[in-house]
Amino acid sequence: MIRKTVADAQEALRGVQDGMTFMLGGFGLCGIPENAIAELVQLGIKDITCISNNAGVDDFGLGLLLQKKQIRKMISSYVGENDEFERQMLSGELDVELTPQGTLAEKCRAAQAGFPAFYTPAGYGTEVAEGKETREFNGKMYVLEYAYKSDFSFVKAWKGDEAGNLVFKGTARNFNPCMCGASDITVAEVEELLPAGSLDPNEIHIPGIFIQRIFQGTLYEKRIEQRTVRKRD
Amino acid sequence: MLDKNGIAKRIAREVKDGYYVNLGIGIPTLVANFVRSDISVEFQSENGVLGMGPFPYEGEEDPDIINAGKQTITTLPGASFFDSATSFGMIRGQHVDLTILGAMEVAENGDIANWKIPGKMVKGMGGAMDLVASAENIIVAMMHTNKAGKSKLLKRCTLPLTGVGCVKKIVTNLAVLEVTDQGFKLLERAPGISLEAIKEATEGILIVQDEVPEMEI
Repeated sequence: MIRKTVADAQEALRGVQDGMTFMLGGFGLCGIPENAIAELVQLGIKDITCISNNAGVDDFGLGLLLQKKQIRKMISSYVGENDEFERQMLSGELDVELTPQGTLAEKCRAAQAGFPAFYTPAGYGTEVAEGKETREFNGKMYVLEYAYKSDFSFVKAWKGDEAGNLVFKGTARNFNPCMCGASDITVAEVEELLPAGSLDPNEIHIPGIFIQRIFQGTLYEKRIEQRTVRKRD
Repeated sequence: MLDKNGIAKRIAREVKDGYYVNLGIGIPTLVANFVRSDISVEFQSENGVLGMGPFPYEGEEDPDIINAGKQTITTLPGASFFDSATSFGMIRGQHVDLTILGAMEVAENGDIANWKIPGKMVKGMGGAMDLVASAENIIVAMMHTNKAGKSKLLKRCTLPLTGVGCVKKIVTNLAVLEVTDQGFKLLERAPGISLEAIKEATEGILIVQDEVPEMEI
């Protein structure tokens, strides 16, 4: 067994520097690496590029990094929940690359799986495809999209073991598995870190080979963005 | 004239037994409320769930189970969770039978614009571009005209496009229309809506053949 455990977020983020590119898992505030984000805020590193489907809300998630103006560029598919984000984007302080959601997921997965690029129909004929190579396959047009290159992936899982094997819960899975092994170093934080052998090998979502560092996260807030309920009859 | 629920109710009739369906935000979300209970349908949400159920009872919300609108949801027996690449694999690979989404503009050639108003709204396309570029069966749910009273069924879209030549069917508060090579073919009128009113509200070419029936809802 190859051990991937580190003590805490501080140790897990060793080596992060100004100007780096990071992938961060999560959809909205669901399944975001809360501990890694808190540590990035603590470290105060600047000029970072974040590849993340969304940009958090004003006072949570990646919004915390935006508040401190640590992010130079965001690569996302939807950023509608964050006023500070919009302000920085419109004032030109923040560079934003909007990417179709499926393309964003696949650009991560391609990096994980060793594909330099792929063709997708998404965005053909729109401004997203401007300046990009296009090609026809079986009578339909596709756009060439490249795999991301990134320094660190920060992912959040439900359970993990010392070997770095991960199990996700519900829709908190989202982009997290696609980002594992898609950067030079992948850091996984988990709600429950278990000894090797505790997880059934049949039920592991992401094998530990894709993970370099794993740690037990603390104080998960798991904020709900849109609490919707129905009344009991 | 139909209200939003009326539009959703009419679209629900397009949902057939055995369909996997992706619902967009807004009117499309309402469609789930009107699907016949005697057919088997699974709703997909692109953030990674098939088999979405109703909203949870108060106190049973789970922050780890949400839909693409970031709302807390529940799942039904037979549901599954998966990652975002798999989710869009389902969409791109045309395993999802029907996509229902809203639009700001639709053109007579099937182009759709629904993600950006330059200088005003720049929130991003989310999964809309992947959905419209891949889905075989797309229904647009929208009002026939915008708040200023201008037609949303145009000769050409004026806003940045989400996809080209992809819309097949449109259900509005006034009519059901099919996008054909010749333009918008009028299939049904909303209850009490005259042909003239629909012509008036449609900027693109409107094809009217024979008697156009009223919608059954």
